[in-house]
Amino acid sequence: MKKFINKTDDILKESLTGFATAHQDLVQLKLEPHFLTRKNKAQNKVAIISGGGSGHEPLHAGYIGYGMLDAACPGHVFTSPTPDQMLAAAESVHADKGILFIVKNYAGDVMNFEMAAEMLPFEHTTVLTSDDCAVINSTYTTGRRGVAGTVIVEKCVGSLAETGASLQACKALGDKVNTRTASIGVALTSCTVPAAGRPTFDISDSELEMGVGIHGEPGRRREQMREADAIVHDMVEAILADFKARNLSTQNQECLLLVNGFGATPLMELYLLYNTANQLFSQHGVLITRSLVGNYTTALDMAGASITLCLLDDEITAHWDSPVHTAALRWGK
Amino acid sequence: MKTAFIITAAQAIQQTILANENTLEALDREIGDGDHFINMKRGASNIVDMQAELAGLSPDAALNKIGMKLLSTIGGASGPLLASFFMSMAKVLKENGDESTLKIAAAFAAGVQAIIQRGKASVGEKTMLDVLVPVSNQFVLLATQNCDTKLICATLIKVAEEGMQSTKNLIATKGRAAGLGERAIGHIDPGAKSCQLMIEAVCKQVLENESR
Repeated sequence: MKKFINKTDDILKESLTGFATAHQDLVQLKLEPHFLTRKNKAQNKVAIISGGGSGHEPLHAGYIGYGMLDAACPGHVFTSPTPDQMLAAAESVHADKGILFIVKNYAGDVMNFEMAAEMLPFEHTTVLTSDDCAVINSTYTTGRRGVAGTVIVEKCVGSLAETGASLQACKALGDKVNTRTASIGVALTSCTVPAAGRPTFDISDSELEMGVGIHGEPGRRREQMREADAIVHDMVEAILADFKARNLSTQNQECLLLVNGFGATPLMELYLLYNTANQLFSQHGVLITRSLVGNYTTALDMAGASITLCLLDDEITAHWDSPVHTAALRWGK
Repeated sequence: MKTAFIITAAQAIQQTILANENTLEALDREIGDGDHFINMKRGASNIVDMQAELAGLSPDAALNKIGMKLLSTIGGASGPLLASFFMSMAKVLKENGDESTLKIAAAFAAGVQAIIQRGKASVGEKTMLDVLVPVSNQFVLLATQNCDTKLICATLIKVAEEGMQSTKNLIATKGRAAGLGERAIGHIDPGAKSCQLMIEAVCKQVLENESR
């Protein structure tokens, strides 16, 4: 393992401190328990709190700020945060209109947020994101995983919350965006959890992992490495098949296309993937009207990328386009 | 049950977790995300570090404190699940007392029930429950029959081992390995392995105390 580390146990604290100092105009950091909030507490709105294991940066702290999150709770690398973090964050950002948790659908995250919610003295509800269509057989799973589509949910719900909308309205929009979003990821290399010190999985130069999760957990199939167009073809087909299976039409449908890097794939390659995905979706009658390309939900140093398609409607488009001012997403303000 | 025993059991658990670093890491890399050992190590060391604080508490209060500590230090799925176990066990011990093996077995069973409720899982889904449920059932049965402590511990060690081995040929339907489908077959579940190790360590500790 070759990484920029002083002491493995100090990585999280040092990284969070660096983040909070670099973006001190936007956020502030509290330690023990760890959570980050907006620099200036927002008033008279639903407080949006997300969180999860670290290693997916800029998710979630990078999305704290106007038009998105009020607070984020970072856990250890790839390990969900603990309820005391969520309780302290909620206490700090609560503004009389309730708390909305946005949680990626992983057993650990769900349970820790659930226990926090049970102890919370405020009105609250939760949006569970589950956009990963790589987990095919839902009979044998705890459900689809929440991956890069979470960013779209956080952006849209965050925007709606700024208008003073109710907790129920925010929850409804979050659920709608999640339902209308599908993602699939592919890994070319493993990632290395610093405390483990070696790659999470073995993969040769001639292989790829189709349907990989954002923790380097294996997907469904180990496949032979091939040219980019052929890989994107299979990913696009998987996403279209997922919408079809859920009776959501993609024909002449305006969509947001997100090509997300896992941490070690250059932007140059991500735009190449975007180019192919855009062409293939268009050939299938999908109208790509909004796009986002970059590292938005990463898996430490994994090489690879995910493709996410979100079926827009007027409401989702308006909230996607609305001003946002965070460390990782900023436009219109 | 004495609080002093809970402390020595926690030390025994920490030792077995540390001694099995390679096994636990390898299992979790195969079908999980590679953090199980790190999380268990962090949880165990936090409990051992608070032994002075625990020493002055009643057994149920000590177990509840352990649960709260695990909840705020482990994270992941193991944190809430193990925390639910200890907090529920503590609650039942507080209500019913801890002066007989049967009462301890009943409290243990309540703890396992809390894990089932929190994780919404059951036996056969390739999780820690494949170890804990058979152990709990056997514990209550043997305690009801007034079996001696040596027989109970020896049996539970064996039942835990069998439960752990049984996860090898299961498809995971809960937990991080659930996305793997049939690819999880042939791999022992890391959570089942760590539970088996903990039960073995605690039972051996009881046997050691008995033989003194």
